[in-house]
Amino acid sequence: MFVINCPHCGERDQSEFSCGGEAHIVRPKQPTELSDDEWAEYLFMRKNTKGVQFERWNHAHGCRKWFNMVRDTSNDKIHAVYKMGEKPPVI
Amino acid sequence: MKNKYSIFSLIKNAFSQHENWKQAWGNPEPKKEYEAVIVGGGGHGLATAYYLAKKHNMKNIAVLEKGWIGGGNTGRNTTIIRSNYLWDASAGLYDHALKIWENLSQELNYNIMFSQRGVMNLAHNLQDVRDLKRRTHANRLNGIDAVWLDTKQVKEFCPIINISQDIRYPVLGGTLQRRAGTARHDAVAWGYARGADAMGVDIIQNCEVKGIKRNGDQVEGLDTTKGFIKTKKIGVVAAGHSSVIANMAGLKLPLESKPLQALVSEPVKPIIDTVVMSNAVHAYVSQSDKGELVIGAGTDAYISYTQRGSHDVVEGTLKAILELYPIFSRMKMLRQWGGIVDICPDASPIISKTNIKGLYFNCGWGTGGFKATPGSGDLFAHTIANDEPHKLNAAFNLNRFVSGDLVDEHGAAAVAH
Repeated sequence: MFVINCPHCGERDQSEFSCGGEAHIVRPKQPTELSDDEWAEYLFMRKNTKGVQFERWNHAHGCRKWFNMVRDTSNDKIHAVYKMGEKPPVI
Repeated sequence: MKNKYSIFSLIKNAFSQHENWKQAWGNPEPKKEYEAVIVGGGGHGLATAYYLAKKHNMKNIAVLEKGWIGGGNTGRNTTIIRSNYLWDASAGLYDHALKIWENLSQELNYNIMFSQRGVMNLAHNLQDVRDLKRRTHANRLNGIDAVWLDTKQVKEFCPIINISQDIRYPVLGGTLQRRAGTARHDAVAWGYARGADAMGVDIIQNCEVKGIKRNGDQVEGLDTTKGFIKTKKIGVVAAGHSSVIANMAGLKLPLESKPLQALVSEPVKPIIDTVVMSNAVHAYVSQSDKGELVIGAGTDAYISYTQRGSHDVVEGTLKAILELYPIFSRMKMLRQWGGIVDICPDASPIISKTNIKGLYFNCGWGTGGFKATPGSGDLFAHTIANDEPHKLNAAFNLNRFVSGDLVDEHGAAAVAH
């Protein structure tokens, strides 16, 4: 458990948020062209990083907006928070 | 087996004040090369090595463990064993394990304290009732013992449960698997380690894998903190760290690693002689032989390798426990801990070859791997030795995420995740 600095609301308890997993997985532009392997890669395969991870969060019990976060999964330290559509910071 | 345990060896050693028991397993340095190397010295990894040596005659093998054996999830779970899963493939897998559990103490000559005290799964709403009834029917068609109990029968089986219909999530009934129960988790790791060691398996502790060397699509060996080890077959049984090892070989797995928590209370006299699980309110409880209540909580809903877990998750579980068992309201909790579980999208495990020759994965057990330990080891050993899955683990291949032939066990996983 930790405190997240929501880019819209400020600092709140993590229990107000829900995690959407790995960020920057691009939705296929032409789904009809995809092979089964490519679908599996998009839907299921994850880096599941131990260390610095880029991930999506939703302030589910607050503003209900999605945003991105950079967190170290080995110690839960948050390095950066940035809005959807913004360029990911270099960590 | 050297140093066989029996009533006679116990009496003999009593005369020397129990100071001359031999070590149950050795502490060897790694050799330069092995026929196969198992990464991960938990219950599943040690069982895999044991069955590779016993059933497939592979004696020149090693188990690498980055900490001490049984110090990961094997020593952190709530020791529940059952096989009441919904789908045919899962029923086959988990009941295979349960059948091995029933004779494991004798087979290993090591008391794993297997206790078939029954596992009861509670229903708290109409959908639970429908799902659990369906699951009992599916279980019985697969030859797994399962019965439906109404609220009164639940109370008779476990008298301390609060069956008042005025609570937030009243008990509407439950299922019972009488063959299910618990075992001493450490003893399972120790028993398999001793058995494997006796057949010549090298158990190497404090040895962390740092890299996997490949020649094209064939594995060649492992870089470890104790140097390079050459091998043509690597079986990875690294639980929450499976993705970390997979990344070393350039693979991605459909896993997310999350902290799962458990806690135990101060020890008290026997009060609950079975295991009660509740999916809807997310609480399960049993009592250890020492007298502690063993309580399982949920996972944190984000990837983390911190082995801690959040306070609000424990709080939610204890609220549910207190509503179901008001008698526990003044008990003190002694210890709380977290283990990192690797969760698959379909809540079923992966026991599979990969597209790299000689690299095998046994992972994705999520929140419920302990119950499968002997079966998982047996089937993974078969898969490694023959380079082909056994028919009982054929459905649990990595390719199911490409074909779409998933084994959805979210309902039977007993805790929602």
